[in-house]
Parts: sequence; C-alpha cells; structure tokens
Amino acid sequence: MKKRLFALALSGAMLIGLLAGCGGGGTSGTPAPGTAAPETGAPETTAPAADGSVYYLNFKPEQDEQWQALAEAYTAETGVPVTVVTAASGQYETQLMAEMGKSEAPTLFQVNGPVGLANWKDYCYDLSGSALYGELTSDDFALKDADAVYGIAYVIETYGIIVNKALLEQAGHSMDEITDFAALKAVAEDITARKDELGFSAFTSAGMDGSSDWRFKTHLANLPIYYEYEAEGVHADAINGTYLDNYRAIWDLYINNATCAPAELSAKTGDDAVAEFVNGQAVFYQNGTWAYGDVSSLGDENLDMLPIYIGVDGEENQGLCTGSENYWCVNSQADPADIQATLDFLYWVVTSETGTTSLADDMGFVCPFRSAKPSTNYLVGIADQYIAAGKKSVDWCFPTMPSEEWKNGVGSALTAYAADQTDANWDGVVSAFVDGWATEYQLSQG
Amino acid sequence: MEKALKRYFPIFVLPTLAAFIIGFLIPFVQGLYLSFCRFTTVGNAQVVGIGNYLKAFADSTFTYSFWFTVLFAAVSTVVINVLAFLVALLLTRAIKGTNVFRTIFFMPNLIGGIVLGYIWQILINCVLSLAGKPLLALNTAAGYWGLIILMAWQQIGYMMIIYIAGLQSVPGDLLEAAQIDGATSWQTLWKIKIPMVMSSITICVFLTLTNSFKLFDQNLALTKGEPSHTTEMLAYNIYNTFYARSGPQWKGIGQAKAVIFFVLVVAIGLIQLRATRSREVQQ
Repeated sequence: MKKRLFALALSGAMLIGLLAGCGGGGTSGTPAPGTAAPETGAPETTAPAADGSVYYLNFKPEQDEQWQALAEAYTAETGVPVTVVTAASGQYETQLMAEMGKSEAPTLFQVNGPVGLANWKDYCYDLSGSALYGELTSDDFALKDADAVYGIAYVIETYGIIVNKALLEQAGHSMDEITDFAALKAVAEDITARKDELGFSAFTSAGMDGSSDWRFKTHLANLPIYYEYEAEGVHADAINGTYLDNYRAIWDLYINNATCAPAELSAKTGDDAVAEFVNGQAVFYQNGTWAYGDVSSLGDENLDMLPIYIGVDGEENQGLCTGSENYWCVNSQADPADIQATLDFLYWVVTSETGTTSLADDMGFVCPFRSAKPSTNYLVGIADQYIAAGKKSVDWCFPTMPSEEWKNGVGSALTAYAADQTDANWDGVVSAFVDGWATEYQLSQG
Repeated sequence: MEKALKRYFPIFVLPTLAAFIIGFLIPFVQGLYLSFCRFTTVGNAQVVGIGNYLKAFADSTFTYSFWFTVLFAAVSTVVINVLAFLVALLLTRAIKGTNVFRTIFFMPNLIGGIVLGYIWQILINCVLSLAGKPLLALNTAAGYWGLIILMAWQQIGYMMIIYIAGLQSVPGDLLEAAQIDGATSWQTLWKIKIPMVMSSITICVFLTLTNSFKLFDQNLALTKGEPSHTTEMLAYNIYNTFYARSGPQWKGIGQAKAVIFFVLVVAIGLIQLRATRSREVQQ
C-alpha cells in the first residue's frame, strides 16, 4: 500500500511538472532572450477605456530600453497594455515568422521596404485612412502598393563617409577641397603615400565579415543603382549596371588605401573598423547617423561627413544618402480592437510630448512626422546642413534589391575581387550584380 | 513490485510520451504537411501540391551542397573514428595520467559549435594569412579541411570515451589466452579487440555519420558557406532557402528540402546500422 501511494505521488509530481512546464511555455514563451516584456495586465481593470492591446515586435535592439519605457508610459497614461519585444540582432525575420504564427501575434511589426513587404503583404493593414498616415510630412515615406498604404517609415537615416577632421587637417587637407571623386581620390592617395610619416591611413578597413559587409554590398551598392534609376527611371525587375565602373573605382579606392591589406578584408569586422576610426588610425569611415554612438568619443568638433562620390557627372551637387528601411506595419489579421489600440498607440507616439521626446532625444531618431522634434544626434545635424546647402540627397534604393541572396552574392564577389584585383574577378562582381539581380528577381516572383 | 509497475506504466510513460508528441510528432507531421504548401506563417498555408519538391530538386545549390556534405561526411567519419580509436587504445594502456588525458581530450566536446566555429575561423585565418594563402571566405579547400579539422577536434574526445568503454569490456581472459597462444599485439588488435568492440564502432560511426550530415552551427560560424555557397552544407542550405530568399514560395521549398533531408539522413543511418551490426559478435 505504501509503495502504491509512493508511486502515485511520484507520477502525480511528474504530471504537475509537465503541466507547469506547458503553462509556463504558453504565457512567457514570447519574449526574446535578453529582453523583458513589461507587465501589462494590471492597469486593465482600472481603466475602462482599454479594450484592445498592443504588441510591438521591435527591430532595433539598440532602442529596446527606450521602447520599453515608452510602452510603460503609455500604459500608465491610458491603461492600454503595450508589450514590446525586441528581436535579437539579425533574427527579426525569423522571430517575426514564429510570432505571427501564434494566436497572440504582434499587432505592430516592421518590414524593410518593397521586398520585405512582398513577404508580409497579406498581413499588412491598409493605413491610408489612419491618423498616423495624416501625420507624415511627405508621401515619400509611405510604403505603398497601388492605392493602399501598407507601411509608414518612422525613422530617416543618413549615411556617407564619416570624417575625422582633425586627422584630415593633420595630413594637410581640408573638407572644402573634397567636392568630387577625383579630389577624394587625390586626398586618399596622398595620405596613403605618406602613411608611414603620418601614422594613419585614409580609410578604415572595408571589412567583409557579416558584421560589416552590408556597408558595401548594400549601402555602397546603392550609389550605382541610384544613378541608374535617376537616368532611366526605377526598374526593379532588372538592372543594367551602367555605373558599375564607378562602383569599381570607389571600391578600389576604399580597399587600396585602407589600414590593412585588401586580402585580409574578408576577416575584418565592423568592430575593427570602429576601433580603427576611434583610435585615429584612419581618416574616413563609411557609415551612417546610427553609428554616432560609436564615434562620438572623438568629439563633435572633430567629426564631419562627406557624400560618397563615385565619379558621376554633376556630383559636386550630390548630398548624403538619406532614406529609410524601417516601416511600421499593422497586423491586419489581428483583432479589430487591437488594431485600433495599435493605431492609437502609434498616433500617441508620434504626436504626444512624451512620445516625440523619446523618439528624438532618447532614441536619437529623425522622424518624418509633423510634430517630430529635432534629434540631438550630431551627425544628423551635419546631414541637415547638406540639405540646407542645397545638395541633392541620394535616395535609398536598396529596398528594391531583389533578395538577401543577391546581396550575399555581390558581397562574395567583392571579397574575391578585393583579394585579387583582376578584370576577371571584377567581371564576377558585375555578373553577381546584373545577372544575379535578374535571376533573383525571377526567383522571388514565382 | 513488478505487478505494480505493470499496472502503473501508463502513468509513468505519459509525461515522456506527451513531451514526445508535443515536441516531436506534431511538429514533424505539420512540417510534412507544410512541405506541400505555400505559406508565410505556419497557421496560414495553402496546399500547392508537389511543386515545392520539384523546385527543390531543380535548385543547383541544393544538389551541390548534397555532394559537398557527402564528401565531408565520408572523410570526417573515417578521420574521427580512426583517430578516436587510436587515442582510446593509447589511453587504455597502463600509463600514468590517463585520466587527465581523457578529460583533456573530452573537453572540446563541451564547447558549443558556434563558439568553436569562430575560434577556429580566427586560428585558420591566421595560419592562412601567414602562409600567404587566400583566407577562409575565399578558399573552398581551406573551408572544407577547416570543417574536417574542427569536427575532428570536437568529436574525437567523445568517440574516444565510447571506444574506451568498449575496450575495457574486452574480457581479460581472451587477451590472456591470445598472449599464451603467442599472438602478436597486432594480431590481438585485429582478431580480438576490434571484433569485440564492434558494437562501439556501430554507435560511433552512426553518431559521426549523422552528425556530419546534420552539421549546422559549425558550418555557419566557420565559413558561412563562403565563397559563394561552395562550402554550404545541406542543413545550412535549407536555412538559407528559408531566410535569405524573398517571396512566400521559398518557405515551402525550404520545408520540402528539409523533408528530403530527413529521409536521406534516416536512410543513410539505417543502411550503416545494418552494415555494421552484422559484424557484431556476442560475448
């Protein structure tokens, strides 16, 4: 009898453990490792107005804390529960796919442009009638398909060549003399020639490790695409590669005037480039306003930005590359009350004092909304100066790139070319760029 | 006691069975179903028939990665098992400090594949750069041999433990009888020790073979399939199909590849088990 009781007790304990495990998995399984969902349940009872909830799957890990704080502030003010979960870097698409399959799916998520939208179109709520859409300063920041507005850009970012002005002056040059590709080349090659005497190089390493290769296979590749679109109109189904010789020229300049031998680039990381720039080993560093936190230790007075000149006619008037690949989308398959709650939340974020302050000051975003506050990011200020000076900003065309696979192909070819700079290897880049585009576009349609 | 166990066995089995059904069987059946579908999220799929399988077979990167994986599995299985067996032979002799050596050889197995991949990437890149050769991301041959070295380093210790257990269970009287009959140590190895540890060999070959086919983390961390997919193995190819392509149709194709992959690994595992089992001897 005793034994039987013991057995029963044991199996009971196992069952309880199992059930507890399942229950726990159901409610707390959503947040990504390293992120915490704020407590959302409590205020619901006190505020009768709340009959929906918001679940935001955030893309930018660097702003996780600020979003959590913003969500708490909104819940405190209105009683509507807001959950913010941040995907780990590079895992957004993976996590979004998993989360969207659940019954408690994100009501607010983001896509990176037309190509990302192709994956998620069936889940995007048409925002054309929303108050949020009305707050946009320009229609350019809406992600449209026919007449429907599926995504709204919430942050505008700018990239170019970040310059360490102090080093540039030490080398006997100034920002004013660099107005086109020829001048940039002359300065870079002069610094390389006197590298030993000066103690620094022209460019940081153009690392082709996964942490840094997007700067070249995506951001730098944007320039030849932009000029081709300018000349021939946007045609995302195929690219002719009219400006690829210019792409080669700027890539040659980057890799042959850098801190390391071109053959070593495949192993260089994003952190390597940051370290070289911050430690004064290089004058130029291609990156954007989001990298301000990394380079601010040099001091604002030593920082400036240059447009990425690639040797196209009339580029004296070219500005920095400005655009967005972060679009908010509202989940159309969510409960209508949740959709409404999400729209209200977004409207509050972009109009209220708390929301706009957080976006501008805490997150350092430049937002394309009417009530947005100016950002405190110094590099953003430089970008504004270029616009004020009448320079024409380069659009971000890379959201039209056909797939991640295309970018990887171009990246591999660029790395191979860097190690051995022959015409045959450049043909590999051209083939990955032009033929790869056509192939990937076809494959993505099917 | 036995009677009670019999009566209550459903209760004892239940937790594990439930976990198995929830964690394995249901996702497996669902995955099978999804391989015939076009989907973005698993809850919202439309059946499209066998088109995904046709596209998977038509994908040249998939067939390439299949042959690359076969080549890798063949070489790494031989290398790992031969070396592990040799180390096990050495460490079952009466030499000082065998336990220390066993522990040290086993340790690499305790480090995760991703971490090992990055460590070896740095090591191999340093060697290549000193030798003036193209680095890993540009060098298919180095990527292939790098994967083999990495896997050997990681798995030899684990297989060694299994072989040591096998060797220690070879009956002492058999060895003694062989010695009295005048068998050389070479003869003892081939005629007695190896036949007697055949069951360990079955296990070790099975583990290394299936591990090689399923290899993912090490592949991702060490080479990332570079240069341009030439060091991409099956599991990583499936992952890339799923996440690096755009358009909802690719999810289904990736799923179809995963099913093909499963059938392949099961088939190879069964063939190998049958082949080595038949050589096992009963003690």
